[in-house]
Amino acid sequence: MPEPPLLGVAALDAHYGDFQALFGVSLTLSRGEVAAVIGANGAGKSTLLNAIAGLIRSRHDAILFEGEPIGDLPANRIVGRGIALVPEGRRLFPSLNVEENLLIGGQIGRPGRWNLGRIYELFPVLAERRRQASTSLSGGQQQMVAIGRALMSNPALLLCDEISLGLAPIIVRDIYATLRQIVGAGTAAVVVEQDIGQALAIADRVYCLQEGRVALEGRAGEVTRADISAAYFGV
Amino acid sequence: MSGGVTRATRASNIGLVLALACLVALAFAPFWAGRDGMRLLIDAYLYLVLASLWNLLAGYAGLVSVGQQAFVGLGGYVLFGLAALAGVPPLLCIPIAGIAAAIIAIPVAAITFRLRGAYFAIGSWVMAEVFRLVASQISALGGGSGISLPAGIVTAMAASRHGREILVYWVALGLMVAILGGIVALLRSRHGLALTALRDNEMAARSNGIDVRRTKLVVFILVAAGTAMAGALIFLQRLRISPDAGFSVNDWTAFVIFITVIGGIGRFEGPFVGVVVFFVLRETLADLGSLYLMILGAIAILVMLKAPRGLFGFIAERTDTQLLPLQRRVRGV
Amino acid sequence: MTAWLNTIAQGVLVGGLYAMFAAGLSLIFGVMKLVNIAHGDLIVLAAYVALMVTDALGLNPILSLIVVVPVMATVGYLLQRGLLNRALGEDILPPLLVTFGLSVILQNGLLQLFSADSRRLQAGGLDVASVKLAEGLSLGVLPLLQFALAVLVIAGLHWLFYHTRLGRAFRAVSDDPRVAQLMGLDNRHVFGLAMALSLAIVAVAGVFLAVRTNFDPATGPARLIFGFEAVIIGGLSSLWGTLVGGILLGVVQAIGAEIDPGWQVLAGHVAFLAVLAIRPQGLLGGARR
Repeated sequence: MPEPPLLGVAALDAHYGDFQALFGVSLTLSRGEVAAVIGANGAGKSTLLNAIAGLIRSRHDAILFEGEPIGDLPANRIVGRGIALVPEGRRLFPSLNVEENLLIGGQIGRPGRWNLGRIYELFPVLAERRRQASTSLSGGQQQMVAIGRALMSNPALLLCDEISLGLAPIIVRDIYATLRQIVGAGTAAVVVEQDIGQALAIADRVYCLQEGRVALEGRAGEVTRADISAAYFGV
Repeated sequence: MSGGVTRATRASNIGLVLALACLVALAFAPFWAGRDGMRLLIDAYLYLVLASLWNLLAGYAGLVSVGQQAFVGLGGYVLFGLAALAGVPPLLCIPIAGIAAAIIAIPVAAITFRLRGAYFAIGSWVMAEVFRLVASQISALGGGSGISLPAGIVTAMAASRHGREILVYWVALGLMVAILGGIVALLRSRHGLALTALRDNEMAARSNGIDVRRTKLVVFILVAAGTAMAGALIFLQRLRISPDAGFSVNDWTAFVIFITVIGGIGRFEGPFVGVVVFFVLRETLADLGSLYLMILGAIAILVMLKAPRGLFGFIAERTDTQLLPLQRRVRGV
Repeated sequence: MTAWLNTIAQGVLVGGLYAMFAAGLSLIFGVMKLVNIAHGDLIVLAAYVALMVTDALGLNPILSLIVVVPVMATVGYLLQRGLLNRALGEDILPPLLVTFGLSVILQNGLLQLFSADSRRLQAGGLDVASVKLAEGLSLGVLPLLQFALAVLVIAGLHWLFYHTRLGRAFRAVSDDPRVAQLMGLDNRHVFGLAMALSLAIVAVAGVFLAVRTNFDPATGPARLIFGFEAVIIGGLSSLWGTLVGGILLGVVQAIGAEIDPGWQVLAGHVAFLAVLAIRPQGLLGGARR
């Protein structure tokens, strides 16, 4: 019997009240793979990540993780299964200092390679600032805390929502270099980006969303810029 | 047919006609209702007034006060003070009580508006307690034990007890019509649009250039005036006032909140439904004493959780009715 | 002079009780932005639970804390999970009205069970024992114990908030309940624990209230108001502020009562309104939040 894919999203619909944000989205990801999800503003990229992470509930079997349906589980139980989200805009806890932000990420106690020491090795600057308020850090450093906080739960799948947003290009390069290290160690990832270049460089598979539907999908090496432009803008 | 915005629906026009017919019948109640019936109606009118005013305050302006008993008691004490100590005719004292409350509401708002949301609720309660404690310090008004209206003043209103009761009845009916009419006029005015916007979304109202603070202040002052006039009449009917009765949080806030919540908060029609439910419950369960109050509290909680727009909202959402032409709706083009 | 010193000292000690009222209220508001209007009635409920426990087991009221605290904490957890969690949301109205309804239910339920008679717990000699500090200045052992416990409770809360996993969870849920779920936190459970903790403090306050003064089913709202005043005087977001606010309120009330017994509570209200008018962020309220 073949091993089931790590993540299988099948015919996922998502709604905000009366507004439908996703229409029958499907996506598959194997262990250790990286998928890039790209698309214009409002295409449904964040909604897809929020649905996988459980912040938006969906149909029981719309999302399979390690072969088990998790679509109707709440977010606080999904993280224990091994899915961690780095939310858009970083969303650190302002009344927790840097180290507390990291510790709370690990408080479910899922075993694995990541712990406070390893995070500080990955981001040495955070070790120096461990007692500082998270709000006093620069944007790039805050993004490191957000990634570290997600890693502390030792996820098998890391969901990254626009981690380059608002950061200087040089910082973005560093962050992505680190992300490459992380996935190199075996963690799978879904990366949502508007910065297509960064996303394509790291991804194995590409999904392009347009108005809540998958407009294009393929192996990262096989889709061309022209394909993406067409799917991105719907021309 | 040209498109546009209209408030009237067929049901609401029928409602208007029915309301007028009811009003005429109620005006003649002294000839058909009997003494207990009249007393019940007076109670119902005054609770409808208090609940409608609280609804305007909490349901529209978002000022969830649990201290409106401050103005009920204030109105009562203004009436007793002016009538008993200065010899002003009691009926004239009612509008004066309204004006006095409006003036006093300004400094009260200046302080309590510094508290936001739920903390405003308790702040308004503290304010009402200050009023109660101050009233119990005024020995000329009977201090803590209260004061009765002197017999001379009572008989000067109308010679017979029956005549007085009819007079109070008509004044109560008139006050109700005036205050409810005032609320309707306010809601249909330009300010009403601002208030409805405020009710639906305070942030959006603010960003659309509505002066939220000013709107809230105006509503607070108007509601204080109306509440005090109702309070003055309540204690004119009772002929006696004490700090505990005048500033009772149970009688003038708990019941009023329950009526509004059960009927439907944020809808003009809500308090009507709430008053009917309240009086039906009161007439059937009041013998249960404190158990009755527990039931009332439990019903209010249940309604708040299961049907947050109240019984009226619950029905209206399913049948799209409104009893009075208040809501603006877009007519088909 | 010593008479005034005595008055102020008594006020400070009562302030400890008010600080406990305030700490439970402030904790709940801090974690879930809920203003619990039934807070005072829950304090009175705790006093009645203590009354039943001391009657049934023949315990000293202070020892009855061993039973009353866990009972009230359980009540708090169940109340939160069963009722209050359903009322929480964007709109401030449902939690306010639900706790208001709860307050009416509690008052009338206690009235039904225990009648309107005033009650008091006897602490078996402890309530009359006192320590003489100077000529004309002596402090009761019980008020001292109560004050010490209040300081301990607030210090303990502070430690819990800033040095434990649970405190970290409280702060995270308060900051951003949505993202807190991504950390594996079940907000409903965390809120339940916060309410349990709040009512554990309420239990301590209720027992001391019962020993120090007469109480009846209608005395809850005034306790809510005193606690609320202490919170606002001290500063909304500060735990130590509740102690400062409680002490100040206690002292002002004691001075008011010394001038005229009718002014005791009124003086406290006036102090509260003055703080609101002059320094609405409270005495210790800083720039945070």
